Amino acid sequence: MTEENNYLDMDLLRFTTAGSVDDGKSTLIGRLFHDTKAIFEDQLEAIERSSKKRGDEHVNLALLTDGLKAEREQGITIDVAYRYFATPKRKFIIADTPGHIQYTRNMVTGASTANLALILVDARNGVVEQTRRHTFIADLLGIKHIAVCINKMDLVDYDEKVYADVQQQYRDFASRLENVTDLTFIPISALKGDNVVDRSENMTWFEGPSLLYHLENVYVGSDANHVDARFPVQWVIRPHSDKHHDFRGFAGRVAGGVFKTGDEVTVLPSGFSTKIQKILSGDEEREDAFYPQSVTMLLEDEIDVSRGDMLAKPNNQPRVSQDLDAKVCWFSVTKKLTKGAKFIFRHTTKEAQAIVSEIRYKVDVNSLRKVEEVDHFDMNEIGRICLRVSQPVFHDTYRRNRNTGSFILVDPYTNETLAAGMII
Amino acid sequence: MRNYNLTHLDQLEAEAIFILRETAAQFERPGLLFSGGKDSIVMAHLAQKAFAPAKIPFPFVHVDTGHNFVETIDFRDCFVEKLGIELIVGRVQDSIDRGTAVEETGPDASRNALQSVTLLETIDGESLDACLGGGRRDEEKARAKERFFSHRDAFGQWDPKNQRPELWNLFNGRKSPGENFRVFPLSNWTEMDVWQYAKIEKIELPSLYFAHEREIVERNGSLLAVSEFVIPRENETPTKETVRFRTIGDATCTGAVRSAASTLDEVITEVAASRVTERGSRTDDRRSEAAMEDRKKQGYF
Repeated sequence: MTEENNYLDMDLLRFTTAGSVDDGKSTLIGRLFHDTKAIFEDQLEAIERSSKKRGDEHVNLALLTDGLKAEREQGITIDVAYRYFATPKRKFIIADTPGHIQYTRNMVTGASTANLALILVDARNGVVEQTRRHTFIADLLGIKHIAVCINKMDLVDYDEKVYADVQQQYRDFASRLENVTDLTFIPISALKGDNVVDRSENMTWFEGPSLLYHLENVYVGSDANHVDARFPVQWVIRPHSDKHHDFRGFAGRVAGGVFKTGDEVTVLPSGFSTKIQKILSGDEEREDAFYPQSVTMLLEDEIDVSRGDMLAKPNNQPRVSQDLDAKVCWFSVTKKLTKGAKFIFRHTTKEAQAIVSEIRYKVDVNSLRKVEEVDHFDMNEIGRICLRVSQPVFHDTYRRNRNTGSFILVDPYTNETLAAGMII
Repeated sequence: MRNYNLTHLDQLEAEAIFILRETAAQFERPGLLFSGGKDSIVMAHLAQKAFAPAKIPFPFVHVDTGHNFVETIDFRDCFVEKLGIELIVGRVQDSIDRGTAVEETGPDASRNALQSVTLLETIDGESLDACLGGGRRDEEKARAKERFFSHRDAFGQWDPKNQRPELWNLFNGRKSPGENFRVFPLSNWTEMDVWQYAKIEKIELPSLYFAHEREIVERNGSLLAVSEFVIPRENETPTKETVRFRTIGDATCTGAVRSAASTLDEVITEVAASRVTERGSRTDDRRSEAAMEDRKKQGYF
């Protein structure tokens, strides 16, 4: 097969990175881009111009990842930035987030859509507070794959013992993680390029793959839930035309499991059962649909179905409740999360109201200890609460299904997104 | 066993269709910004898929600088007629005539920045509460932090520091009266993805994207097509060359590239080997380091 036809079987990996100013994250991304030819000449020229203007001695690859003028002026990164590169095997979407403690919310946002978290540890310093915080957030958000890059190996003489010690430190605290099933360690030098794209000749003692090889090959296909069939209805298609007079299609994105033509389905909340008559993608009929496909379902019987309803299987239904137990990350600068506070609640394609019925504890993201007897959350705090929702919510635990187990809380007055929640 | 892996294009398609449907569901009166360029054509194709067999449930909006390639307007009109969609045209010339936009002067005058004025006036006049745009995050660094649902205040301004976090598949399109959103279903696509998708979906694109002979002048490092809007200056000698366009915008600032790629396959091969971004041929982005960020804050697409 010629190279330009390879894209027909390329897949996609979304990963998140977090790091602070000095750990070499920008250099690593710059290196990945450079070595996979994802930096273009005009971009490189633009960075060269900026580096000169700033008086930097070398071309500062970090400038490639500093997007906004506002940020460059302050020398900080204020938000999640999305970046793209591809190899003939895979397309990569990086959610690049700043690592300072006050930006927990950005790390949570970046991690929410990622399959893998890339965590950088400075070989000279070993596991530090920030390493634990990033790992905790990746695990909290249900990421199953963590690639721990032990960076700056060039500064410790590519010493295998240093690498082994840091790895052990990391493993010691990682034993407490709940969701991570795949921990991969790679000794690298982002600056010199060791083990980033090609295997390093300076660390022949290391038998694992280079970082890029790992990113290209890590298997994430089984991470999605293909067991519990869930289809939140997003939009009802009624053409009102002569040709499609009686057409009623339920459009949406499969949130879990597999639906096949002829399958019996139950519609929630009504509880009526019927069969799938047809599954459409555009005008084309298909035999089945699974996460994350966007399709249109036609049902055999005429049942009242609207946005916010859910199709599931009669023998495998989601939990239905107005009371939810959840972990939340609080985003707001100006407001606090308190008991009794009311919000707009968004979950799958449903919108309702919710009230905080209890605050149970918060987690100190540095020590990872629970702090009980708290009465509010401030910005960037993470903890466990109970919510009472104005309507029954068709959900699964977040651990079982990220799509039917997640929600956001919105301020009814300012419309800001205030919190991200994961149902327990 | 059935393989539940999707290719990257399948995943991007599913995501874009989800966003298009979410826009239809969350807003009263969305519009799809249709320029006749490849990104908006791909977006329109996805919208067709999202709502088939019904018609796309919102109008198309074209902000017309008046400096068009003839091919673009012909293509636009055919396309809209075929789909049976309402087309709203906001004309920069009308804004200039009303006195709400002032034409730039000087040798490199462009109407590009004025599009923001006309766009905001069209949004107001048509009471649009969401505009779907074909913008992609890989296009330009100010776009890398853009949201799928990008909130704009009552002045149409984008405040990069005050954007709503977007988690999972949950998009918050709630707004106060007078505010509106820009929605970007192709956020996660790259130029390459757009070309590859056009290929596998057999999407018809304007002839400007493929190699053809044209009279051009070289100006400020760009190859501009000679037309009634781009008149060769004294020191410039127009030449006939085989070129194509990687982006199609205002004829005064969209540069061509020398190319012999005349089919989608050849274009894909060429893009794969290219060492310059597609916006590298846009003189509007080269005006200053933060040109795009500044325009976005003013209400640009």
